[in-house]
This record gives sequence, structure tokens and C-alpha cells, in this order.
Amino acid sequence: MNKNLAAIYQSVVEGESSQTAKKVQEALDEGINAEVILNEGMVSAMSEVGRLFEQGEYFVPEMLISARAMQEGLSVLKPALAKAEVRSTGKVVIGTVNGDLHDIGKNLVGMMLEGAAFEVIDLGTDVPPERFVEAIKTNGAQIVAISALLTTTMNNMKGVIQAICAAGLRKNVKIIVGGAPLSADFAQSIGADGYSADASKAVALAKSLIA
Amino acid sequence: MAKKYQELAIKDPTDFLFGVSPYPVSLKNGLTIGGGKVYPEINFTLPGMGINPETMPEVRDQYAQMIGDVTKRAAELHADGFSVEYELLPDLTLNPEWGAEITKLLREKLDGLAQNEAIKTCLRVTPNDIREFSRPPLLRHGKFVDDMFRCFELCAQAGADLLAIESTGGKEIHDDAIIKGDLAASVFALGILGSRDMKFLWEKIVSICKRYDVIPSGDSACGFGNTAMVLAEQHYIPRIWAALIRVMTVPRSLVAFEEGAVGPNKDCAYEGVYIKAITGAPIALEGAEAACAHLSPIGNIAKAVPDLWSNESVQNVKLLAASAPTVSMEQLIYATRLMNKAADKGKGSALALRDLFIDSDSAGDVQAYILRPDVALDLSRQIIAEPTAYLRTRKAALAALDCFRKAQEKREITLSRVELRWLDALSRQADQLPDSEEEFIAQMRPTLDPAKVNLSEYDL
Repeated sequence: MNKNLAAIYQSVVEGESSQTAKKVQEALDEGINAEVILNEGMVSAMSEVGRLFEQGEYFVPEMLISARAMQEGLSVLKPALAKAEVRSTGKVVIGTVNGDLHDIGKNLVGMMLEGAAFEVIDLGTDVPPERFVEAIKTNGAQIVAISALLTTTMNNMKGVIQAICAAGLRKNVKIIVGGAPLSADFAQSIGADGYSADASKAVALAKSLIA
Repeated sequence: MAKKYQELAIKDPTDFLFGVSPYPVSLKNGLTIGGGKVYPEINFTLPGMGINPETMPEVRDQYAQMIGDVTKRAAELHADGFSVEYELLPDLTLNPEWGAEITKLLREKLDGLAQNEAIKTCLRVTPNDIREFSRPPLLRHGKFVDDMFRCFELCAQAGADLLAIESTGGKEIHDDAIIKGDLAASVFALGILGSRDMKFLWEKIVSICKRYDVIPSGDSACGFGNTAMVLAEQHYIPRIWAALIRVMTVPRSLVAFEEGAVGPNKDCAYEGVYIKAITGAPIALEGAEAACAHLSPIGNIAKAVPDLWSNESVQNVKLLAASAPTVSMEQLIYATRLMNKAADKGKGSALALRDLFIDSDSAGDVQAYILRPDVALDLSRQIIAEPTAYLRTRKAALAALDCFRKAQEKREITLSRVELRWLDALSRQADQLPDSEEEFIAQMRPTLDPAKVNLSEYDL
């Protein structure tokens, strides 16, 4: 691997934000293609961070530090990516259903999706169906990720999916759901395309749905 | 005038035992909690369903069925007393009349049981802290604040014996602090924000309780300590970080007692072990029989010092034997029957059983270790030696980290290489906490996002 790409990779794995930004600039100055910097330097580093997490070597706080380093690198890289018309892995609208204020799980999913180079539009918590619809239209999202942690709010997910159908957007998006009281059967029963039991599996699910 | 706890109510580990509290709580019907026996505390909730005007008839039917089933099972197993915790769902607090209606339904069933079977019962009602529906939370005024306090009042009038809450002041920044491993933000959320909010909140709750002759029981740091515990179980954060957060919740939860709460403290508040040591108030706890609600590493050790033994909460679904709440009731009755039988045989037997509960969990996880009576007494003593909630939270952090290190050296716990890396990292963060509260607040101000937290809600 090119010396600068290797340094970018290492700085993301170790969460050294300033070093990532510096090395991305050096790589661009050296004439390395922006898409190569993105994929070989940063996305592959986040994959390694994911592997370290799966192995129990890293926890979420360390992943967040790495994700922040990647964001620093991306801020330097973005103009070059736009110029080369390199697109993100996909656009995801994410939110917790109306009536539910839980957001830790949703935030973790969002963070892990960003680490895999998805563009994430986070609508927050207690999100009514019409805001999901509006965000899909505004951003041209390919995936909608809906979270719920209460037995009394999980059924509101169906309302979101119905609103997406009523707006004529169902064919445009894949819908994934998650949260402690949910199951794959429940996801299927409300018409979702996929269910993830935890944040780390959500990325693979999202990728598989838009592959 | 707020009470100030400066010395421990329980000083000797051999006096720190299930079923016995220095200051028991007696209900109007004569049931005494902490007076020598451990009673079951059953908590149940709805299956997956919405709550709205159309579904309210079904909601009533569900609660009527659950309370009917659990009281029947209690009578079948000759329970001589138990508590029911009715922990409202958010929609039932957002619509206080609905919350009170269910309280009345439960009260009537329990009164019927007392009359027909001579079983003494207790009804704990726990409205939700719905103030966080405003983002950033509006803690002292507005519709959600009004509805929450109205819910307390209506539930008190409808027949609650105890009122409790899992308040969330400071949680708006603590969630991020947990997943970032940010000790300073956690201390700020608990020792500065949470403690200030608890003072405001508990003055009001105690006043409502006095007005309606209801017992102000306590406030669980569930949204802080248990959020961390669940994330640790998912391997999202280190266990040592979750254990540290647990100890740091103690000064925050103590504020309720300084303002007039008397117990029994709520089941999901594992910091209750420390609260009992400091205040002498009885506590509820949960563990093995709460596996229906969540995984925990403290299933047996939590049985060492409770006065009520709870199942956390169980959904009303059908199991092979009966409905899940009925099954939970049976499990709680048998668990407490064992503890009470040991106590009947004398203090030596009770201590022997207590020590088996302790020894079966304490070395397995640092989160269990901090619930050891001797550890809780030692840390509690150090915490209350400090004069303010901030300094107590800071001391909780420093003392707990020191305790973890010594426990590792003595091989009383086994921390993995990765957990030890975190012990060092958290110790470095703790060493940076200033001993001046003003200096700490000034340090933290620039790091806070005004879109997430409104400091004026905390008089800052």
C-alpha cells in the first residue's frame, strides 16, 4: 500500500483525527485518486475497526473516535470526491418512531453506517411518519432505518411504512427496523425489508439490501 | 430543610442483610417493609400494543387480567404479603386520567384480596419522567411538567401506597457520555445536572405525598446506570465503565432521600445497596427473577440486601404454565420464601445464605463486585464524607477506580487486558476532575451543545 494511504488507514484505526486530515491532504497532493483514498484509506480502516470491535478489542467509544477521524478526513476529501462524481455507498434516513425517545441504539446504527461510507440523515427521536416521508423525498434516500424500544411504540413503525406507501415512495426505498422488543417476524409482519438485532449487523443488512 | 447524610446508617457488614433495614417503612394496612421479611414486588406490563382512546378498553382488560392472575397465584401459594409496582407507560403519564384509572383498578383488586384472603399488599405507582419529550428537556415548566405532576396527584388520589420515579435530569448529555466513555461528562450529568434536578423534583413529589398521605419511596438512576449495564452486556462499552457509572449514580439518587423520600427505593436502582447503607431505608432490588426483562451479571448478589424482591417487569404473554406475570409472581414468592426461611432460623443462617448469594456472583463481574456489602459500605463511607453532590460524585469516581485496582491486585476480580486498559484511561480522566465545582462547571460549559441541554433548567 502507498505510504500515505497506509498512514491514513493507521490514523483512522487509531482515531488520530488531525493526522488523518493531514495525510488525506498529502495523498491528494501526491495525485492519488479521491475514490482510492476513500476506499483503501478510510473505508477499509473502518472495516478493520469493525473487526476489532467484533473481536472485543475495541468498544463503541474507540469506534466513535475512529469515526470522527474518518469524518475529519472526509471533510478534506469531499471537494475532490464531488469533482470526481464519487457517490456515497447510499443515503439512509434514520429515526426513532413517534412516541419513543430512545436514541442510543439509533445513534450507534447511524455511526456504524457512516463508518461504511453511507450518508446518514438523522431525524432524531419521536419522529412522526410525515417527517420520514419528507426526508426521503428531500434527500433521495435509498434506505429508511426505523428504531423503537417500547412495546407500545413498536406498532407505530407500521404507520411509518404505510405513510411511505401512501406517498408512492415504497418502491424507492428499502426499510430496515430494529429495537429491543422487535423480531424478524414482526419486521416481516409490518412490511419492512429487513431487521437487525444489533447495530453492528445493521451495516451488513443495509449493504445487502442495496447491492 | 433538606436532610444531610454524613454517616452511615449501617456500619457493620454483618448488619447489612436482606429483609432488615434500620428504618423500616410501614403502610396503613400494617405491612412493614424492611422489618424482618423480604416481600415479592411484582411488576407487569402490556404486550405489544398501542395506547389510545380506541385501545383503552383492551388496556383496562389487560391490567385487570394481570392483577387478577397474580393475586390468585399469591393466594394459591399462601403469600403473606407482596407489593405490586405499576410502572406507567409513557402514554399513561401523558394522559394522567388514564394512568389514575389503572391505579384505581389495581387498588380495588388488592383491597379485595386483603378482604378475602387476609394478604397484606402494597401498591407502588411510578409515573414516567415525560419532561424529556421536550428537546432539550424543559424540566420546570410546560405541559409535560404539568401533566407529570398531575399524574402523581391523580395516582395518589386513586390509591397508590408509594410513589416513585426514574427521573432523567442530566440524561440528555449522559447517553452520549456513556457511549463516548467520557467520564467528565458523566460526572457533570450526575453530580451537577441530575442532582440539581432531583432537588427540584423531589421537593415537589414529597409535597404531593404529604398532601395525599402517600409514601415518597425513591428515584432510580435506571436511565444512567442500567443503560450503561445493558450496553456493557452488548459489549458496546467496558464493564468497568458501567460499574463506575453505577457507583457515580449514588450521590444523585441520594438527593431524593435528602429531600424526604423514605423508601423502599425502586427495584432497578442497583445503587439502592448504597442508599440502604447510607440512609437505612429499605430497598427493592431485582436480579435472577428479572431475567424476563433483561440480562444482568448480578442475578444472585442482588439478593444479599433487598427488602422487596422484584422481577423488573414482564409482558403479559402466555407461557406453558400460565401468563408470564403469574409465572413471575410464583418465582418471586419462592425466592423470598427461601430468604425468609433462612432469617427464621436465625441471623447466622441468614448471613450464610446472603454470603452464598454474594460469593456466587462477586468475582465474575466488576458490576457484581461493587454490590458486595463490604465494598458498598466502604465506598458509601467515602462518598458521604464529601459535602456536595459534585464532590461526592467525584469521590465516587476516584474511590471506585481505586477499589477496582485493589480488587484486581487481590484477585477478587479478574479484569481482561482490554478492561485494564480502560481502568487506566478512566483513572487518567478522573484525576483531571477539579475539586472546585465552579471550576468544573466553567470547564464543561464550552463542551455542551445548547441544542441538547438547556442549563437554565438547572439554575446554571
